[in-house]
Amino acid sequence: MRVIDDVLAFVLGGIGERVFGTMWPSVFIALATLVKIACIVAPLMLSMAYLTLLERKIIGWMQARLGPNRVGPFGLAQPLADGLKLLFKEIVIPSGADKWVFLAAPVFAIAPALAAWALVPFDDGLVLADVNAGLLTLMAITSIGVYGVILAGWSSNSRYAFLGGMRSAAQLISYEVAMGLALVVVVMVSNSLNLGDIVRSQGKGLFADAGFSVFSWNWLPLFPVFIVYLVSIVAETNRAPFDMAEGESEIIGFHLEYSGLAFALFYMAEYASMILCSTLAALLFLGGWLSPFGFVPDGFHWLFVKVFVILTGFLWIRATFPRYRYDQVMRLGWKVFIPITLLWTLVVGAWMMSPLSVWK
Amino acid sequence: MEFKTFVFYFLAMTLIYAAARVVTLRNPVHAALHLVLAFFSASGVWMLLEAEFLAVALVFVYVGSVAVLFLFVVMMFDVGADHLREGFRKNLPVAALVASLMLIEMGCTLWLRFSTSAERALPHAGAGYSNVKVVGRLLFTQYAYPFELASVVLLTGVVAAVALTLRGRRAGRSANPSEQTLVNPRDRIRVVEMRLDRPGAENDLKGGE
Repeated sequence: MRVIDDVLAFVLGGIGERVFGTMWPSVFIALATLVKIACIVAPLMLSMAYLTLLERKIIGWMQARLGPNRVGPFGLAQPLADGLKLLFKEIVIPSGADKWVFLAAPVFAIAPALAAWALVPFDDGLVLADVNAGLLTLMAITSIGVYGVILAGWSSNSRYAFLGGMRSAAQLISYEVAMGLALVVVVMVSNSLNLGDIVRSQGKGLFADAGFSVFSWNWLPLFPVFIVYLVSIVAETNRAPFDMAEGESEIIGFHLEYSGLAFALFYMAEYASMILCSTLAALLFLGGWLSPFGFVPDGFHWLFVKVFVILTGFLWIRATFPRYRYDQVMRLGWKVFIPITLLWTLVVGAWMMSPLSVWK
Repeated sequence: MEFKTFVFYFLAMTLIYAAARVVTLRNPVHAALHLVLAFFSASGVWMLLEAEFLAVALVFVYVGSVAVLFLFVVMMFDVGADHLREGFRKNLPVAALVASLMLIEMGCTLWLRFSTSAERALPHAGAGYSNVKVVGRLLFTQYAYPFELASVVLLTGVVAAVALTLRGRRAGRSANPSEQTLVNPRDRIRVVEMRLDRPGAENDLKGGE
């Protein structure tokens, strides 16, 4: 991020001061932030597109198929072809639909999934907005995503879409509770709400001093919470086996009436939040950019590898498990996950106060 | 004019506009959405007052969950606009009384507590100041008992909601997932091996063994 500032100041400094005069420093900050946002969002869009290809390829291989292989070498241009196809499709607005809300709902879905990236640290200090209460802010931003679901369902003027929206919204809210409680435990042991500090705190400890940083990360002492978090993010992103939103074979979801690019936005939002949640899991439980062993240097590539592994896990789960029934989804969230995280909050609290604490 | 002042007036105007629309819009769902906008603007104003934690908590709690539940209720009820206006005239005197009382109270508080230089009187914190730490410390030391009491009130609300909606154990059969997972496939199906290429195999198919 510093590099972008320096380059921009070097390139635009002379012209900017002549045009804007004394206003230049504030204009420069706005300009530099915009460039940084573009630097984050552009690769993100690309990874979203190629995650769809990876998904189809991996599931294809798991089912002894080839996956998409017609467009470009190894099917590499498939996401572009899909995007182009959706771009040229008509966005049909159902009669009796609330037009403005109908068109705003996809924006509500994708905007939080993109905005949240402002708070994600990619490396030590490599973050757009280093906020004190970073984790809380991130939760606040992602909690807005539920509006996309509920408004899409309501504004479509269709019973199917409405019921689907209600169902998905209830699911999202329920699993947000389990997720939030899991994060409470992480915040307790890290003693900070700042994402950078949470990662840095995982680089310290008994095993890290011995050169095995991998055993000092949060996943080991917080193992039950880690599992709860992993399953919760699958439910939170509406992915199989919790894809009640899609359910094309038995129940239909909130985006039933959407077509063309409006549907593509929901689709992109799903993939964007998949990547976001995986990155969060990597940051909170798997040490973010820290390297697993003392003799290997830390760096962004470690975060990339961890996120890739978690995302592949998402796809693996989709290829393996049949879809949950809705009442079982709710039962898992409320009756299994929330008690587990509550109990582990107490255990970790007692553990931290005891002489055996590993977080001193 | 400072940039901050401009931001404040923008947020304040949005807040007032959104709040006014909440009570004047005919469509209840649109009104609920304007309520969300009002929450956002209020959170922005708090952010300007350097109360970041409260601002984020406002968005998290009110926008993220409370307004969603409002939307749920409003969508399910499907109240007609005409029905909403019913009894407007009858209730107007009482409503006006309550509103004017509230206005007077608000006026008193603002008048007495804040002078014209209210913003200058506020202590400004340095860059390293963490809002979260201070709020947390206060909650767990000075305000520990009120905080606990508030949580007990909330718990009472939760228990009351469950008690009100619970209508006893439902009659009839319902699936118990933990029992379902204990089922052994061998209890349910039997795999019969047979060769179809030998004479008389058709009889096996009819159910003989």
